[in-house]
Amino acid sequence: MKLDSKIPEGHISQKWTDYKDHLKLVAPNNRPKIDIIVVGTGLAGASAAASFAEMGYNVKAFCYQDSPRRAHSIAAQGGINAAKNYQNDGDSTFRLFYDTIKGGDYRAREANVHRLAEVSGNIIDQCVAQGVPFARDYGGLLDNRSFGGTQVQRTFYAAGQTGQQLLLGAYSSLSRQIGLGRVDMYNRHEMLELVKVDGKARGIIARNLITGEIERHSAHAVIIASGGYGNVYFLSTNAMGSNVTAGWKIHKQGALFANPCYVQIHPTCIPVHGTNQSKLTLMSESLRNSGRIWVPKKKEDAEAIRAGKLKPTQIAEEDRDYYLERRYPAFGNLVPRDVASRAAKERCDAGFGIEANDTNEGVYLDFSTEIQNKGKQTAYAKGNHNPSQEEITTLGKAWLEEKYGNLFTMYQKITDENPYETPMKIYPAVHYTMGGVWVDYNLQSTIPGCFVAGEANFSDHGANRLGASALMQGLADGYFVLPYTVSNYLADDIRTGKISTDLPEFVEAEKSVKDSINKFLSNNGTKSVDHFHKRLGNIMWNKVGMGRNEQGLKEAIEEIAALKEEFFKDVYVPGNADELNPELEKALRVADFIELGQLMAIDGLQRKESCGGHFREEYQDAEGETLRDDENFKFVGAWEYKGYDIKNEELHKEELKYEFIKIAARNYK
Amino acid sequence: MSAAKNINISLQIWRQKNSKEKGKMETYKLNDVSTASSFLEMLDQLNEQLVNERKEPVAFDHDCREGICGMCSLYINGRAHGPDTGITTCQLHMRMFNDGDTIVIEPWRSAAFPVIKDLIVDRTSFDRIQQAGGFVSVNTSGNTIDANATPIPKEDADKAFEAAACIGCGACVATCKNGSAMLFVGAKVSQYALLPQGRVEATARVLNMVRQMDEEGFGNCTNTGACEIECPKGISLENIARMNREFLSASLK
Ligand SMILES: Cc1cc2nc3c(=O)[nH]c(=O)nc-3n(C[C@H](O)[C@H](O)[C@H](O)COP(=O)(O)OP(=O)(O)OC[C@H]3O[C@@H](n4cnc5c(N)ncnc54)[C@H](O)[C@@H]3O)c2cc1C
Ligand code: SF4
Ligand code: FES
Repeated sequence: MKLDSKIPEGHISQKWTDYKDHLKLVAPNNRPKIDIIVVGTGLAGASAAASFAEMGYNVKAFCYQDSPRRAHSIAAQGGINAAKNYQNDGDSTFRLFYDTIKGGDYRAREANVHRLAEVSGNIIDQCVAQGVPFARDYGGLLDNRSFGGTQVQRTFYAAGQTGQQLLLGAYSSLSRQIGLGRVDMYNRHEMLELVKVDGKARGIIARNLITGEIERHSAHAVIIASGGYGNVYFLSTNAMGSNVTAGWKIHKQGALFANPCYVQIHPTCIPVHGTNQSKLTLMSESLRNSGRIWVPKKKEDAEAIRAGKLKPTQIAEEDRDYYLERRYPAFGNLVPRDVASRAAKERCDAGFGIEANDTNEGVYLDFSTEIQNKGKQTAYAKGNHNPSQEEITTLGKAWLEEKYGNLFTMYQKITDENPYETPMKIYPAVHYTMGGVWVDYNLQSTIPGCFVAGEANFSDHGANRLGASALMQGLADGYFVLPYTVSNYLADDIRTGKISTDLPEFVEAEKSVKDSINKFLSNNGTKSVDHFHKRLGNIMWNKVGMGRNEQGLKEAIEEIAALKEEFFKDVYVPGNADELNPELEKALRVADFIELGQLMAIDGLQRKESCGGHFREEYQDAEGETLRDDENFKFVGAWEYKGYDIKNEELHKEELKYEFIKIAARNYK
Repeated sequence: MSAAKNINISLQIWRQKNSKEKGKMETYKLNDVSTASSFLEMLDQLNEQLVNERKEPVAFDHDCREGICGMCSLYINGRAHGPDTGITTCQLHMRMFNDGDTIVIEPWRSAAFPVIKDLIVDRTSFDRIQQAGGFVSVNTSGNTIDANATPIPKEDADKAFEAAACIGCGACVATCKNGSAMLFVGAKVSQYALLPQGRVEATARVLNMVRQMDEEGFGNCTNTGACEIECPKGISLENIARMNREFLSASLK
């Protein structure tokens, strides 16, 4: 198989414009003859479904929650980037493009990323027009803040609930189309198989999660916008239901899966509390604008803190190691996520972690300096030039509350500690997956007619995603890319007519889904689905986690292969097929996670370099920074499924060409 | 911080096979629950125990477990989202309970939210209300004016945001003795009423949303204010007042 990325010719700043001008169109009177399926209604799916419906296509949209408004995108906290240069700090399309490529450690596609930067400004205009209440300054204009890995303020936000507001915006557009009868919305439905006819994607098999009924749905094109696969680790910041099933099923049908080993570990999550933990909670990275990260300088202090004999507030300023400011003076606490995460692990591995459990994993995110600074500023702004210490502290805390109140409350509810008084405890956790289904410039997978958008594809973030860029990508894909590229594809389908769900391909796909469900329900094993999921998570976190090495990866590949055998033999799934059955839902998802987990380890093993979220311990420089190998690994690793044994998957390489950006070592010092 | 410890509890949980069959309360014992666990992690633990005993686990709704998706519900000891204010069930932690406690768990109960199974109810009536008018009719083309072309007073933007923060969980309905959805609908109507983008269709919006709300079988608001107290996002009763004003002026047009 030869990978054709279909990147248009021409100068980077003109590629998308020229390309769009020459794409084929579907005339308005022909659009109602065409059906489109959208799997997933997060930012990517909801925006795509709303756009297609508005253009006049017949749209069927699917999500596993009870409402599209609950897609995982709702949880995004910090913000969304756009190159609007409202703050006059030198931002531009090129700079956003440059930061994203560099942030991704030169493992993303230039043309895709430039397109993303180009449409970013439009996204904000679109959302504001929909009534998304972004934060504003006193002049009534939009406010911005900065995020890790950049030196400009280009992030638009709505308190700590940006994803919620953006998703509700997309959901409202989608709701309008549902109300108008142009979208059939299938809530509580899970796509379990893709149906191909003559090699093209022509429909899906879905399970109605309430009745258990297996349904056939046909269409002229299928768009997968099913989100990321971070839950392969069991513990992650993803919603509990997030899964890889849609992406993995199309992979098994011929779509290549790219860069599966690129997983983003987010530096600011609440540390694990104990063995019953079900998921991890993120504290928005925007907190790094105001918080300073440190651990004790002396090991004895760290030990005393863990033993509960010392409080962080009792550690003198000179005994604190602000290790990010020390190591990376130019970016300080705002280094990119992969850098910040590894630096925390390095300190904890060296014995300076502060969490009082058997992991000892945790560092401090301290707001006391900010409270003083902002308190003073506010007092001065109010004309009080001689504020007392108490006044300063009160004003400083009020400033923090206005900016991050909901996050502080969330932290307090979970940990029972007051972050206004004592530093937050944070530790890195699995957060976002840069890998995903391989797509070309049109966002089409290697299966004709099957497009993939948002976190489910691999295309824009390289080996590491900068903060506030996933929301941007999801909406860019759905509002501004797919409407053009999918129409181009569909232009050849205006005479095809309705696709019958009685075709043998549908019958067969339905049977295979039913067979796998029945197999689980009649398995008579002894262990719960979660038991296996947790074991998979353990292997993944320890051997395919923040740092990986050859030996660990090799072990992981074997251990997961064995786990897979055991899972299919010994899993116990209660209940029936024809009812709401959450254990069955989980079993079907975990089966796919196990196979993907193995592929992640295989992909990590072949990539003999360190870059972004993929840190191979053998490849680091004297200061512990990533050592990329551009000579040999400047490619996208795209895997082709070759049957039951994942070890047989075949690697295809898409060379990455950097014509408009000069590759350099990634330096944040 | 109070150090985490393990407690033993007893649970009374509503079990109902599906929307057609009758349900009943069942009692379960659960030991060694860490007080650092969330309420839903406690239910996970119960379900693990039930699966190991080859019994059917309890079905309950949840997804983000961060207090933002609005999927979790649960009526706990007679209160929507349990014994704490300003939170969802997924944010409720077991440190709120004592060793030996009996905890009663029921689904949301409202005519407009039929039970699907055990503790899971159908809240799609909220979606249908939104579909009736909870949007700005702008095309998704991106050919809109520059976002800063219409300055919006910070105060209005903040108020719109506060209304928009509703997560659609339905606690307001569940806790209201009339099963009224006015807080939810009021929040939506307010968000758009406060922003210039939403003004053009304000009349049609409020009329359509209120009509749909009535059709879905939600009760009337008698201003008891229980909804505001149990709302995890602090949505204020002001929004109901604003909706009423919007409705009145729309009806007079
Ligand atoms: C806690 C948190 C905070 C974040 N903060 C930020 C931030 O500040 N800025 C930023 O840019 N990014 C942030 N991100 C990342 C960003 O939120 C996600 O990458 C993005 O929202 C993904 O959007 P999506 O549309 O691709 O997928 P999702 O929003 O995950 O949507 C997936 C959809 O697919 C559906 N689905 C999945 N599988 C199936 C199936 N088999 N059948 C039917 N439907 C299915 C689901 O129901 C859902 O509707 C954050 C992520 C997390 C976890
Ligand atoms: S108003 Fe409050 S209680 Fe009601 S649905 Fe919204 S968030 Fe939930
Ligand atoms: S599970 Fe999302 S709000 Fe509780």
